[in-house]
Amino acid sequence: MAPSDDDSDPKPLLPKLSRRAFFTGAGASALGATLVQTAAEAASTAAPAVHGPGPSTLTLTLNGRPVTVQADPGTTLAELLRNQLGMTGTKIGCDRGACSACTVWLDGEVAASCMTLAFDARGRKVTTIEGLAKGDELHPVQRAFVEHDAMQCGFCTPGMVMSCAALVERNPKCTLDDVKQAVSGHLCRCGTYPNVFKATLAAARSNGKGKGRS
Amino acid sequence: MQDVKDTSDTRGATTPADGQKTQEAGPAKPPPPNPGPARQQAMPYGIVGQRLEQVTRRVPVDEPPPLPENAKLKSIGKPVSRLDGIEKVTGRARYTFDVQLPGMLWGQRVLAPLPHARIKSIDTSAAERYPGVRAVHVMERLLSTAKLRDPKAEQGNRYPTVRYAGQPIAGVAADSPRAAEAAARLIKVEYEPLPHVTDLEEAMKENAPRVFPGPTEQPSTAGGGGAPPGLPQKGNVRGPDSKPLGMGPRGDVQRGFAESDVVIDVEYRTQVQTHVPMEPHGLVADWRDEGLTLYASTQYMGSVRDEAAEYFDLPKSKVRVICDYTGGGFGAKYGIGNFGLLAIHLSRKARAPVRMVLDRREEHVSGGNRPNSIQRLKLGAKKDGSLVAIQLKAWGSGGVAGGAGVGFCHSTLYECPNVQMEQYDVFTNAGPCAAFRAPGQVQGIFGLEQSIDELAERIGMDPLALRNKIDVSRTDDAVARAHERRVGAEKFGWSKRRPAGSDKGPIKRGVGFAQSQWLYLVHRNTGCEVRVLGDGSVEAFSGTQDIGTGTRTILAQVVAEELGLRPEDIGAHVGDSRYPPGPASGGSRVTSSLTPAARNAAYRCARDLASRLAPVFQASADDIVFADGKVMVKGKASSAMPFRDAVKKAGFNEIAHRAERRDDYEGYMAVTPEMGISRHGIGGVQFAEVAVDTETGIVKVERVLAVHDCGRPINPKLTESQIYGGVIQGVSYALYEERHLDAGSGHQLNANVDQYKIVGSRETPSIEVILLEQLGAQSSTDARGVAEPANVATAAAVANAFYNATGKRIRTLPMTPANVLAALRA
Repeated sequence: MAPSDDDSDPKPLLPKLSRRAFFTGAGASALGATLVQTAAEAASTAAPAVHGPGPSTLTLTLNGRPVTVQADPGTTLAELLRNQLGMTGTKIGCDRGACSACTVWLDGEVAASCMTLAFDARGRKVTTIEGLAKGDELHPVQRAFVEHDAMQCGFCTPGMVMSCAALVERNPKCTLDDVKQAVSGHLCRCGTYPNVFKATLAAARSNGKGKGRS
Repeated sequence: MQDVKDTSDTRGATTPADGQKTQEAGPAKPPPPNPGPARQQAMPYGIVGQRLEQVTRRVPVDEPPPLPENAKLKSIGKPVSRLDGIEKVTGRARYTFDVQLPGMLWGQRVLAPLPHARIKSIDTSAAERYPGVRAVHVMERLLSTAKLRDPKAEQGNRYPTVRYAGQPIAGVAADSPRAAEAAARLIKVEYEPLPHVTDLEEAMKENAPRVFPGPTEQPSTAGGGGAPPGLPQKGNVRGPDSKPLGMGPRGDVQRGFAESDVVIDVEYRTQVQTHVPMEPHGLVADWRDEGLTLYASTQYMGSVRDEAAEYFDLPKSKVRVICDYTGGGFGAKYGIGNFGLLAIHLSRKARAPVRMVLDRREEHVSGGNRPNSIQRLKLGAKKDGSLVAIQLKAWGSGGVAGGAGVGFCHSTLYECPNVQMEQYDVFTNAGPCAAFRAPGQVQGIFGLEQSIDELAERIGMDPLALRNKIDVSRTDDAVARAHERRVGAEKFGWSKRRPAGSDKGPIKRGVGFAQSQWLYLVHRNTGCEVRVLGDGSVEAFSGTQDIGTGTRTILAQVVAEELGLRPEDIGAHVGDSRYPPGPASGGSRVTSSLTPAARNAAYRCARDLASRLAPVFQASADDIVFADGKVMVKGKASSAMPFRDAVKKAGFNEIAHRAERRDDYEGYMAVTPEMGISRHGIGGVQFAEVAVDTETGIVKVERVLAVHDCGRPINPKLTESQIYGGVIQGVSYALYEERHLDAGSGHQLNANVDQYKIVGSRETPSIEVILLEQLGAQSSTDARGVAEPANVATAAAVANAFYNATGKRIRTLPMTPANVLAALRA
């Protein structure tokens, strides 16, 4: 689950199109009726599936469990999690990638779920705040957030926790600057930043030591 | 604040114009406190660690004995971790935003695209036919706006006049968010555009377009704000109000200025700030035959229940409000709001629960804001620093709502024989203001504390020494500030402060200081019930809500203290209007109001329990004590029995006691039906260090020391969190935040959180907090609030540091590069 800093091998977001499939697909629209027959034949074998506007099926791994749902292609991952899968721990604060309240892990890396289409999470591992603790055992960052009061109203907290936990997993020797960087996209209107810094550094220091029983 | 005598003049209530919330009368002279049998009680008074005196107060006979200082307590005053912290870090905490009920419909608003218009017609037929739509409602009345004194001025208008771009007009409920959005777009509204004005100074001109066709009234919310009734109004300019928050003028300012050695006459300008709670305003309404249930993101369930009952003609007993968690409010979340009106109407029509939550844009536009201000502040003083005259003339715009006053500190913070305030609300075609963390005071202190700093410079006096001379009202807050200045100066290294503009390079550093002052308020009708169950478990109930301050935790701490238990042993329940009435989470009054009621109820449970345990322990009930999770006979450690075992032996099902928050033992300076207003205030001082890049105009706040008092701190860890928050919001206000409206269209240009800049992790200064423990001998816990005081001084302290860094005054907020470079050129 440890998120990696290595971004040299990004997961392709779209299925790769072969040169031939591209031309047959393009031909269907560009050349019109005379090629319909050929194009239709080609599409039935090689063209990518078309989604929408109605719902279609997608499968992803949510907090370790495979989930198959119906969603229309405009659905964001945040909407899918909250409105269809009952995972309301993930918040939506701005719905345009500016506040990071919606942060989840996608294949172990932090992602703004309001800026991710549900279909772009197909076949991927999604971890939400509900899936961070192992049963009753809180993640060290969760425990430290409680101990250091790194929350007030708590609405930004799930997103903050996801980013800070990712940092601690990735870099147990993180510094104050690293923490500031990790949460630099997160907005907290109550002003809990100083305690978020303290909690995350404490969690990094204690990582692996002690039990995180809630 | 100072004890100013002439507050007895209550302003007459006006008749509600159109069924809107009844105008609250101004503060009234209070009756004597706590009628009924009483005892004379010696109590500790003063700052713990300094000089603690004994004072004698008249205390109701059934109040518990006074608490000693926190060091002698086991649960109160300890840095207990937030009891609902695990709910929040695991995502289990359910906000109104997260409420999903079976069969729940999704609500969508239709918003006005014009800043000022008369609605000629509305056609909802296409929306009603749209698949998935279950109900459509067109608004017949508008909340959160000033009201025409004479509603006949707009007679014949079928729909509320549009007065700001983004004003809600109608709502749709459908079985999916997509369907609701699509259907809302199908509602056809025909407008007759009217001329509009969005700029404060433009709106003040005689020939400016009129936002309202006649004089208006603006009731305050439970969170404050609003404007006094019956003021004159000329065009868009309403006022003058010469008695801000009931504090009136005194003396003769003209004579005062004539007698002054130094006169400082300057103008300050502050911007519109929006609240931006991370959870937007929202409500889920569930209308059923047996009653209405409202899930509300609110700071005061009582205001949600009362408004719903009023507007829908329901008995209050038929309205239940539930609020497990509120994702921030900062003053803006009172009442049901226009979105709530729509949700309830739609739920009634559709016979299904309806979720109505603002999006981020609407939150900025119509969710509330701190009004802007133009403050002309004239200060006269003698060479020795004594103030002779203070004159304030101020204008501000809360858009279509009143409540832009900034004058309160001017007549109350410093000793000065001649004071005159004139403040005006200026209406503009912009979204309504709402109470915002120390409404008016943040703006007022920004000006006043800079002028005081300037006076100190002019007479060659240290700014702290000048405050020592003039902040002498002998109220608790003045006493606290005197101490805070001393300990703060030492901790901060104030003596190393250099003359203004000392740095030679382009980056200039400096330090500044400013004072805080806020009202010490008590929510009068506050109750709490405590139950001890037969198995030894304990629960406490209060119909208040937790907006992020840690209300559940302090409630549990106070109850635990009386019963000798740990806070985590107490089930602390808030967030349901069926519990005993709880305070509004506004005006920094939850802790001051709730904790005495909770302690009183727990105390009664403990005494009741002691009398039932007396036979078990074969001792007198008076000798039974509760400590460290055990029950024992005083002085006989061998008698100790675990609490749970003892309770089981007593053999009862449940003991329950409800108790109330009594009046402050000394009484109040003034009261409203809901609030007691103490003659004492809450203090606080802040020191700031800034770095100003004089080439780019970028200001960075590097360090803040915040020294604060809040009576007896119930939980220093949570108190410190709130102070961090106050400072960070203050820095954000000082440096970045500003609502930008397009004058041509009336639309907000930065109604989001990427262009409306708020302090993030990288702009957070290093903050140090020093917290006083000050006992005022006023209630059974002596606790006061801190949320607002923590936000009052910051912008002024940063501005004074800016002067010390650069040798130039910055009198316009926010300190953006443009404003900074202009100030440096001046």
